[in-house]
This record gives sequence, C-alpha cells and structure tokens, in this order.
Amino acid sequence: MSQRFKEIDFIGVFLWVFRAVIIVLVIYGTVAKLFLGVGNTYTVEIWVDFLISGLSQGSLYALIALGYTMVYGILFMINFAHGEFFMSGAITSTVLVAAYLSASGFMDSQPVISLLVITAVAITTSISVALLTERIAYRPLRRAPRLVPLITAIGASFFWQYFFRGLFGSALIPFPVPEALQGRWTILGLEFLRTRVVVMATTIIALVSLYLFIQRTKTGKAIRAVAEDKDVAALMGINVDRTVSITFAIGAAMAGVAGVLWGLVFRQVHFYMGFVPGIKAFTAAVFGGIGSIPGAALGGLLLGVIEAVGPPLFLEGLGIAGAHQLKDVIAFTMLVLVLIFRPQGLIGEKLAEKKA
Amino acid sequence: MAQTANFSKAVRLGLIAGIVALSVSAIGMVQTFDVRDIITGVLTLGQLLLFSTALIAGYFSWQKGEGVAPVGAILRGLVAGLLTAVPPIALIFLTIIWPGIRNSFVNVSADLIEILTFGQTPVVGSLMLLVVMGVLGVIGAAFDLLPKRIQKPLFSGLLWTLVIGLLSEILLLILRPYTPRAVLNFLFGAKGITPITAVIIFILAVGISAWWDAQGKQAMQQRRAEMAPAKAKQLRRLNIGLGVAFVLILPVIMGTYLTEVADIVGTFILMGLGLNIVVGFAGLLDLGYVAFFAIGAYVMGLLTTQGDLGVGGLSFWAALPFSVLAATLAGIILGVPVLRMRGDYLAIVTLGFGEIIRVLVVSDLLKPYIGGAQGILQIGKPEAMGFVFVQPEHYYYLILAGCLLAVFVSWRFRDARIGRRWMALREDEDVAEAMGIRLVSTKLMAFATGAAFSGLAGAIFASRLSSIFPHSFNLLISINVLSLIIVGGLGSLPGVVVGALVLVGLPELLREFAEYRMLLYGALLIVTMLLRPEGLWPSPIRRRELHAADIDHRPDDSEDAKSMA
Repeated sequence: MSQRFKEIDFIGVFLWVFRAVIIVLVIYGTVAKLFLGVGNTYTVEIWVDFLISGLSQGSLYALIALGYTMVYGILFMINFAHGEFFMSGAITSTVLVAAYLSASGFMDSQPVISLLVITAVAITTSISVALLTERIAYRPLRRAPRLVPLITAIGASFFWQYFFRGLFGSALIPFPVPEALQGRWTILGLEFLRTRVVVMATTIIALVSLYLFIQRTKTGKAIRAVAEDKDVAALMGINVDRTVSITFAIGAAMAGVAGVLWGLVFRQVHFYMGFVPGIKAFTAAVFGGIGSIPGAALGGLLLGVIEAVGPPLFLEGLGIAGAHQLKDVIAFTMLVLVLIFRPQGLIGEKLAEKKA
Repeated sequence: MAQTANFSKAVRLGLIAGIVALSVSAIGMVQTFDVRDIITGVLTLGQLLLFSTALIAGYFSWQKGEGVAPVGAILRGLVAGLLTAVPPIALIFLTIIWPGIRNSFVNVSADLIEILTFGQTPVVGSLMLLVVMGVLGVIGAAFDLLPKRIQKPLFSGLLWTLVIGLLSEILLLILRPYTPRAVLNFLFGAKGITPITAVIIFILAVGISAWWDAQGKQAMQQRRAEMAPAKAKQLRRLNIGLGVAFVLILPVIMGTYLTEVADIVGTFILMGLGLNIVVGFAGLLDLGYVAFFAIGAYVMGLLTTQGDLGVGGLSFWAALPFSVLAATLAGIILGVPVLRMRGDYLAIVTLGFGEIIRVLVVSDLLKPYIGGAQGILQIGKPEAMGFVFVQPEHYYYLILAGCLLAVFVSWRFRDARIGRRWMALREDEDVAEAMGIRLVSTKLMAFATGAAFSGLAGAIFASRLSSIFPHSFNLLISINVLSLIIVGGLGSLPGVVVGALVLVGLPELLREFAEYRMLLYGALLIVTMLLRPEGLWPSPIRRRELHAADIDHRPDDSEDAKSMA
C-alpha cells in the first residue's frame, strides 16, 4: 500500500507544480503588461473592444457548446462530429441561399427576411446531418464500450467534412453580409460592430428559449428524465430513441444558428470551419460543467473573453513574439487544464462516478 | 400470395441505394474514379461505384428466410434496382432546368452527366440508366437464388477480375521489364486490363475456386492432418523463410516507384505498431500521436541538418538514439498529466496536446529555433561504411529493420507481464488496480513505448525526405494511424500491416483516391465499428471476446470451448 501512496504523491506534486507554473506565468505576464509596460500599450477603448469581441466570440462558442453539453448529459458521449453539424448548416445555407439572395439584391432590401430564410435552411441542414449521424453511427452502438461511439464520431466528423468538401468545393466561400449590418452602432456610449450585436442578441434569445423549453415543456421533461436514467425513463413510457433524436436535433439547430452567425462575423465559410470551433466549444462545455446548459453559456463566454484578452494581456507581457498566433494555444491549454484539474467544470455536477 | 405481400423493404433499400448513388455522383467520386479503367472500354471504377449500388440493393432486397418465391424475389430486385436509378435521373433533369448548378455544386459537371446518361440525350440516357439499374437489381436478387456451390466461384471470379483490373497499372509496372511488349499490349489496355484478359481471369478464378471447394480444400486439410509433426514444423519454417526472402527481394521486383510507396506504408506500419500498443493493448485512446512523430522528425532534423538551424551536426546514426529518446521522454511527460484520465476525456486532452504542439511549431515564438513554417532543410542521410542511403530501396531496408524491431518488441511485450497488465488495464482500470497492478508505471510504459516507435518513424521519415515542414504533422496523420489500426484490428500485429497496406498503400497507388481518402476513412471507421469491430485481421483474444455473445446463445459450444481451454 505504501508504494501506491508514494506514487500518488509524486503525481500530485507534479500536477501542483504544473498548476503553479501556469498561474505564475499568467500573473507575471499580466503584471508585466499592465505595470511594467512590456509590449504594445493599448488605450481603454481598445481593451473594451477586445472584451466585446471576446464576448461575441464566446456567444458563438456557447451556442455550439449547447450541443455537446446536451448530448453528453443524455448519452455520456463526446459527440466529436458536432462541429460538422455546425459547418454543414453554415456552408449549405451560404452556397444554396445566401449567395443567390445576395446576387439578386434581395439581401440588401430585405435583410431580416433573408437572414431568417438563411437560418431556416442552415437549421434544417444541421438537423438532417445530425439525425442521420445519430441513426447510423451512434444508435446501434448505444450499449457498446465507451470508446466505440467516440471512434464512430471521429469517423463521422471526417466523413462529413470531406462530403461537404466534395459537394461545395475546398475554396473559401464568401458569406454576404447585408448592408444594414455593416458598420457600427453606438449603444450606451460604446461602439459595437453591428454583426456582434446581432450575434449576442440571438445567442441570448436562443439560450433563454432553450432553457425554458427544457424546464417547462413535456419534451424537456422527457429529455431530463432520459438524462437521469434511460432505463427507468423507458419504463415510465418515454420513447428513449425519440428523445435522444430530439436532443440531437436541438443541439444541431443551435449549431445551425451559430453557423449563420459565424458567417456574419467572419464573412466566409469553409468545409474545415467546424473542427477548431468544435473543439473550443467542447472546451467551453467542459469548462462550464458538461451536462449543464447555463454552464455551457458561462463557459463559452469565459473562453471567448480569455481567448480575446489573453494574448495582448499576459502573452505579450511575457515578451512573446506574435502573441496573437497563440490564441488557439490558450484555448487548448485551457482544455487540458480544465480536464486535468476540474473535469466537473465550474457549475457542473461531479460526473466522475457516472462516467466510470 | 407470399411473394407480393411485402415490398416495403425493397422500396426502402432501393431509395437508400439511389441516394447513395446520387451522393457519390454529386461529391465527384464517380467522375474522378471514371479515369481509372478496370476493363478497358467496358468498365471504369466510376461506373463500378455507381452501378454497384443497384446490385447491392437488389441483393439485399429479399432474404431467404422470408418464404419468398423466385418470381417474388426477382420482382423485389427489379423494384430496388429501378428505384436506385430514380435519384440520379432526378439529378440529370435538375441540370437541365438549373443550368447554373455547377456554381453551387462544384462537382456536378458535364462529364458527370455524360457518365450518367451514357453519352446519350437526357431522356434516352435516363431510360438506359433505368434499364441498367433495373437489370442489375434483378441480377443482385437472382444471385441468392443460385445454389451455394455456384455462388461462391462466381463471386470469387468477379472479385479477382475486379481486383486485378483495378491493380493493372501496378502489375504492368512490375511485369514490364520481363515481358515482351506484344504480350503486354494483348493483356493490358491503356489503363486497365483488356476484355480478353478479364474473361481469362474470370474463368481461371471460377475454375480454381470451384475446384478448391470441390476437392482442393479437403485434400489439403487431409495432407496436413496426415503429415508428421516434425515435417509440419519444417514446412512452416520453410514458409516463413520464403516469406522473409520475398520481403527482402521485394524492392528488386517492384522498382523505385513502388518501393517508395512501400516506404510510406512502412512508416505508417511503424507508427501503427506504436499506437497499437497505446490504444490496442492498453486501451488508452491517443489522438495526439502525431506529436511524437513530429518530435522524432524535428530532433533528427535539428541534429543532422547542414542548414543554419543545425545543432551538433551529428550523423544519422548518432542522432537516431536522441530522436527516439526525445520522443520517449515526450511520451512520458505528456503521459503524466493525463494519468488520472480515462476514456474519452483522455482522447480529447491528447488531441489538445497535439494541437498545442502544432500551433507552437508554426508560431513566431519557436521560429528562431525550429524554422517555423519554412521547416528544416538539408537533413542528413544515413551512411554506413562509405555507403550513403539515397534511393527509396535503401530506405526500404532501414524501415523494414525498424518495423521488424517494432514487431518483435510488441510481440514480446504482449506476451510478457507488461502486456498482460496493459490488457487488464484496457478491460477495467479499477479491477486492474485492485489486482495490484501499478497504474502509473503501466500507463507510462505504454505511452513511452508507443512514442518511441513513433519517434523512430519520424526520424527515418525526416531523413528520407531530407526536409520537413510543420504541415506534414497535422491531426490527419493521427487519424490516419488510428484508422489503420482499427480497420486492421485493434491489438493485432498482422492487423496493423494489413490495415496499413489497405488504408495507406491503396490510396497511394490509386491516386484518384487521394481526394476522398479522409471521406473513405471516416466511412470505414463507422462501418468497421458497426459490422466488424474486431477488424480485418483480429487478434484471436479479441475475436473471442467480441463474439462471446454468439457463443452464449449456444450453451453446448461454450461448454466445448471451456473444456478445450
């Protein structure tokens, strides 16, 4: 026994050192930046701009993270292909609808109707892809060992990426932004890019309605019941397969909305666009506490802000050249740190026992 | 009237097959593969892909147990086949009413429509497509009506003809130096085999298969059973010896181009063997495996390059241990933080590590040391007693040596205590711990060994290409290696080789596959997990585990199995 305690000690010490080094680096970088004046100096307006862009980026992560968190809550599986649900909606609606609406001038004369149509197509595509994936790659394997559905999810992810590449080509596809959404609005004395306002407003509406749907409707109750215990839920007369499909569909619908918003912000779509946001959204979901919807929202926003403020703040403070290139490193490091040190997330229940 | 009772299955299958046919057309697979002739002037790979949908739909449109009369079976096949043609025909007419379709769907080209309509007008072509698909559906359905002893030879005849037709370019490359031109022109067309060759191969394969089923198999088994044990052992040794000799002279037979392909396959075998230890033996799903490959390659590059970035200026042989050591150390260092993680979280964290390393390598932060996106050039070549490794053939032997070493180590480890510990860990971590297995050292050992093989592969890779760039070390490599060990059979050493040959070798040889490689990998991962989770060449233990359920249903058999064990 003593042998084993020694081992745990050694690992524990290592992990503590690891944690301490990261914390010291972040604090040192921040102090150096703010008080010692290392790197570029930014005005308050620029910092606020970083913050706003981080919040709008974080809203997108939050929307995508909902899909991860709901599916994990109900099936305890990482739906690796979720980023592809996001991509499929964005790319299909851009190529088949947005491009034509923009070319005919309808987009500029009727921006609201156009965006609604585009979003509807995106949602439909994302849901179809999600349901097909669930039916073929996940449902038959629901009783299989845990790694098996993860492997099929990885397979599905690459399948869809290259399927849509085959359909729409590998080039960057421009997303047309209606004239009404170009430029800035001034709200409360702050300048906001109009697209970012749309992103944040849509996210809030989507999150609140989803929360109400889960808490107040019968279907929402069924989803919660299945998440609690599939077998007992089935005994209570809940159609488990249907409920799982609905969960996938809701997550995919949110991803579809996020796809259109992503197009508005970045003005282009691509067959590979789902991968990195997918992983980051997963990070957000875990960060907030996987399985929890408010957690996904919180995790998404925090990740967005840290990613936006981190490089100019503590990375530049450490004197790192080209700090903005390391934005992704911050996100992935957070992923690793959260999974190692706090897998239950900020407000999640402890899933370690359920997982095992 | 049992045979008319239920057509819903045939209808459903026909429509699914039709949507598959439509999809492979719309994503460009049909017209990309159309370049590859199987039988010159008769059948291309693209057509095979397109038409096999109807054949398969027909075959599965009814089942023997359903009490379907032959007429009903054929009608079902017809329905399935005809419906398969409907979605592609819809596509043909869609291109007429929407001429600008190509602006959206980049692969719906005039070439594709020409393939779908057999070069005729849309109406005539659609009718032809309908007839062809319908006939194929009927053939598919009728196939199951034949007695078993006819089915099998027919199937193997068809299979051999298609495989040889598909690989004709490679056969041509091998045969060209030894065979008179007239014979080659007779056997091979521009990009496939000639119809006469196809008929010859078909007849030969049917004949051999029929003979084998009728007599050969029995005779062989009888001979083997009657053989004295000593002689059987001798024969096995002879077989192994022949196998080794074959592998050794392979580069001479294959020529430079094919040897280069073999080098690539070998590199992946080496990586696959490493990942097989981590995933297959110890059950730790590692998605950041490419990181160790990259570390091996970069250490080799930095230590041996003659460029500005060089450190030490060592020779290949002196740098090799450092490469492997660095990768091993990295395996341990990245292994420690994830020791307490299991299953899917582990997969995501290793993926995160891989991505962190990839982003760091191309960033300005490390550029002064490892070259950033420009990579490292002029990497040293191995030299032994004045002989410099330059040609792919030279590297073939180096890689072969590496693979043999890895196979030997994997094989000995698997059957040693550490292997048993890994497998216990794979089955259940908590129980393994309760049995007194030290999780820390067992897991770290798996990570370290796997990383070492990958580092070795990376070092050889860097030296073979003599320049490395960060974009060669992306996530797709990890997925590639993972796919090949899963398709080959997790935990199975021959499975790694088979997986690498099929998943890496074939796409290298048939370049049309390149664009659809990841698509096919994705589909293969799903199909493997659904239909054959033990892989193409499973390890015996795993096969028994996965089919334990089948044995449970037959209590008598399981009793036999127990008493035999």
